[in-house]
Amino acid sequence: MTVADPSALEPRLQPSGWLRYFSFSLDHKVIGLQYLVCGFFFYLVGGALAGVIRTELVSPIADFVSRDTYNEVLTLHGTVMIFLWIVPVVNGAFGNYLIPFYVGARDMAFPRLNAVAFWMIPPAGLLLISSYLLAGAAAQSGWTAYPPLSLTTPAAGQVVWILSVLLLGGSSIFGAVNFIATVLKLRRPGLKMMQLPMYCWAMLGTSLLVVLSTPVLAGVLILLSFDIIAHTGFFNPELGGNVVVYQHLFWFYSHPAVYIMVLPAFGLVSEILPVHARKPLFGYTTMVYSIMGIVFLGLIVWAHHMFTSGTPPWMRLFFTIATSFIAVPTGIKFFNWLATLWGGKIALNSAMLFSCGFILNFVFGGITGITLAQVPFDIHVHDTYYVVGHFHYIVYGGTVFVIFAALYHWYPKFTGRLLNEDLGRLHFLLTFIGFNLCFLPQHWLGLNGMPRRVAEYDPAFTTLNQVSSVGALIMAVSTLPLLLNVVVTALRGQPAGDNPWNALTPEWLTSSPPPVENWHGEAPLVAEPYGYGHAPAPALAETRP
Amino acid sequence: MQIRTAITAALATTALVGTGLLVGSRVSLLPVAASTNAPPYDSLFQVLFSIGTILFLGILIVLLYSLIRFRRRPGDVAEGLPIEGNLPLEIVWTAIPAVVILFVGIYSYDIYDRMGGMASLDHGGMHHGAMDLSGMDQVQPASTPPSSGERIWGGIGSTQAYLDQTGDGRAVATAVPPLPVEVTAMQFAFIFHYPDSAITSGELHVPVGQPVQLRMQARDVIHAFWVPEFRLKQDVIPGQPTVLSLTATRPGTYPVICAELCGPYHGGMRTSVVVHEPEDFLAWVTQNAPQVSA
Ligand code: HEM
Ligand SMILES: [Cu+2]
Ligand SMILES: [Cu+2]
Repeated sequence: MTVADPSALEPRLQPSGWLRYFSFSLDHKVIGLQYLVCGFFFYLVGGALAGVIRTELVSPIADFVSRDTYNEVLTLHGTVMIFLWIVPVVNGAFGNYLIPFYVGARDMAFPRLNAVAFWMIPPAGLLLISSYLLAGAAAQSGWTAYPPLSLTTPAAGQVVWILSVLLLGGSSIFGAVNFIATVLKLRRPGLKMMQLPMYCWAMLGTSLLVVLSTPVLAGVLILLSFDIIAHTGFFNPELGGNVVVYQHLFWFYSHPAVYIMVLPAFGLVSEILPVHARKPLFGYTTMVYSIMGIVFLGLIVWAHHMFTSGTPPWMRLFFTIATSFIAVPTGIKFFNWLATLWGGKIALNSAMLFSCGFILNFVFGGITGITLAQVPFDIHVHDTYYVVGHFHYIVYGGTVFVIFAALYHWYPKFTGRLLNEDLGRLHFLLTFIGFNLCFLPQHWLGLNGMPRRVAEYDPAFTTLNQVSSVGALIMAVSTLPLLLNVVVTALRGQPAGDNPWNALTPEWLTSSPPPVENWHGEAPLVAEPYGYGHAPAPALAETRP
Repeated sequence: MQIRTAITAALATTALVGTGLLVGSRVSLLPVAASTNAPPYDSLFQVLFSIGTILFLGILIVLLYSLIRFRRRPGDVAEGLPIEGNLPLEIVWTAIPAVVILFVGIYSYDIYDRMGGMASLDHGGMHHGAMDLSGMDQVQPASTPPSSGERIWGGIGSTQAYLDQTGDGRAVATAVPPLPVEVTAMQFAFIFHYPDSAITSGELHVPVGQPVQLRMQARDVIHAFWVPEFRLKQDVIPGQPTVLSLTATRPGTYPVICAELCGPYHGGMRTSVVVHEPEDFLAWVTQNAPQVSA
């Protein structure tokens, strides 16, 4: 394997200053921040779309947007949030920024591929959200694009959607190849695998999932586009096609995709908790094994999304069991995090609050996940608002909370300035309240008869839908203190110094922001990234609570 | 000190488990139960709800306790305890979820089997449950053989096993052959056809206590047939017939909801199922059957 010689990065040819964030920069830190800002932009887009959905659902009749528009908005919301916000940010942004530090390298293994992977995202995203202009209509068949519906909705919009998702999947694969190569091949001499910070393991596991499953999504979407453009019959029952096969192939990617969205978040939390609790990460080895266990099990549970499709009984049984068992490695991680907090010196700052919010929300979503894994249970609630509640507890209450925690934790590294804690806590409070108000009632709605993906519903459900919409409004408001904080702090925030948290992982052992090739001299050998509590703390610089 | 901790822990655990069981058995989040599937479903729900409450509250309490008890006071620059792991502890919290999961898995398998979910679909799925019920060589109910032996791709084939649970004396209906209904789903309506009486209706009408077998096909895209009060759902798929067997237990009118995105009017794709007393059902049939010249 040939890996880039870091000295070939030609930093002198790169623009400097803020302009470099708009360039084809090869610096992994620039690329990481490009992913972050680009992802956040799409988060705002996806959030606006969610606002349309929740506004429509304030009343039981379809009165705010047309029914076609509603389905377009719904489809775009899901696709944008998954493929343009969560996946790129939790993998691309933090992965690119942190992994080279963690392995003691000066950059990623393939810096050019890395830049290519990033620069596929903005065009793909713009393609997707401009499909109305380009094709006259956006895709309307949900982010799952099940045929035959996706074969009968306006073709041009669906094709644009496929093209965009293919580009985003390709970007994700390029990124994953890079992470695998970097973790396995670019480790600083003397650094052993079992000394790596946990986020490296999480990204290794995630990248394996990406590499194994994303090509299947690409394959099935290409076949789907043949059905649309060339009128082949792979998934067209009128031509002898089989619509359930599409679902198998789609979920063979899309269940692992949920782990592509949470495993990196698990990794980030494992970095954040020890620092702010001043304790070693509890149970490092079991954490590593449980990541790999989740990767393996995550590959063999996809049909739990198809319990009510045309699946034979034995298949339902197998996938119930496999799915349920994911709870074991997942449970280990949560118990280990709680044990990390136990007996610590916990700083209740924004990063910690969001991390603890993550633990609570994810445990809740994990428990509803186990209920969904039971076929007889799922038969009633499949494709209802119960499922909508479940996966938002996972992806929003889980991953998005971690992204915010990570932002408060690493912002001083990115910029050399600390985010304001008061605004941060306000942001947490609003997000936590808004989130739970929005998604908790949806479980009851689903259990009692509200299907998902509808623009109109039984008037008996009006009140709880309005509660949910108020929650969504609070969530929208909660982004204001965040935006204010980021902008104001960047301009005149409190200087952070190089290592405001007194952390031991390698990214903190260089200046903030770090120099182009990461270290001023040799990369340090960090054999104990979680060695807290051993020596009396070297005078905590950060004494605020 | 050790003993006091142990006692506190034991008391806390008992209180937690008690609360969980109480919540699970007292709080009902489900709509009325109107089919033989609903009682087993609801007991599964209770069990899962109890376990979930115990787990969630337990973790919530530990988390809040840690955050308060171990919070860093202003000016405190000491480190936490250098504990890197504890193998016995980690084995315990690997084993506990594993046992819980195993229990939940076996229990829900049993529920699913009792709902008829494990019955083979190839023979119209009718015999398995019937044998479960009697244990003797009971005569096969003269079920509708799937017309022309076409392949059934999925669904719940058997309704018989739970009849004795309805508890209102209607269990004798076991010997009654199931009422066949052909369901066609299309954008954006369900059509119900009764081959025995040649009735075609936009509403589903079924007699209480008698097994009904829905044979379902979609004309255009995928739809799903869902009756929340029956706790049953099955996708209706173009090109791949599915079945859903059920026995209604409570007269009334309940919504039939499409639960698979099928186009712009998906949210409006709903109708009703009317569960009649047997004599009312007969009346409905006589009233609606097309006049056949004898
Ligand atoms: C404790 C682990 C989990 C279990 C046991 C679990 C189980 C399930 C099951 C069985 C379904 C299918 C429900 C249905 O459609 O009827 C489902 C749906 C879903 N889950 Fe999870 N899940 C878990 C964690 C996650 C994670 C980690 C994520 C994402 C980060 C996630 C995101 C989703 C999404 C997006 C859906 C809905 C997919 C759709 O139909 O559009 N889940 N989950
Ligand atoms: Cu899944
Ligand atoms: Cu529908």
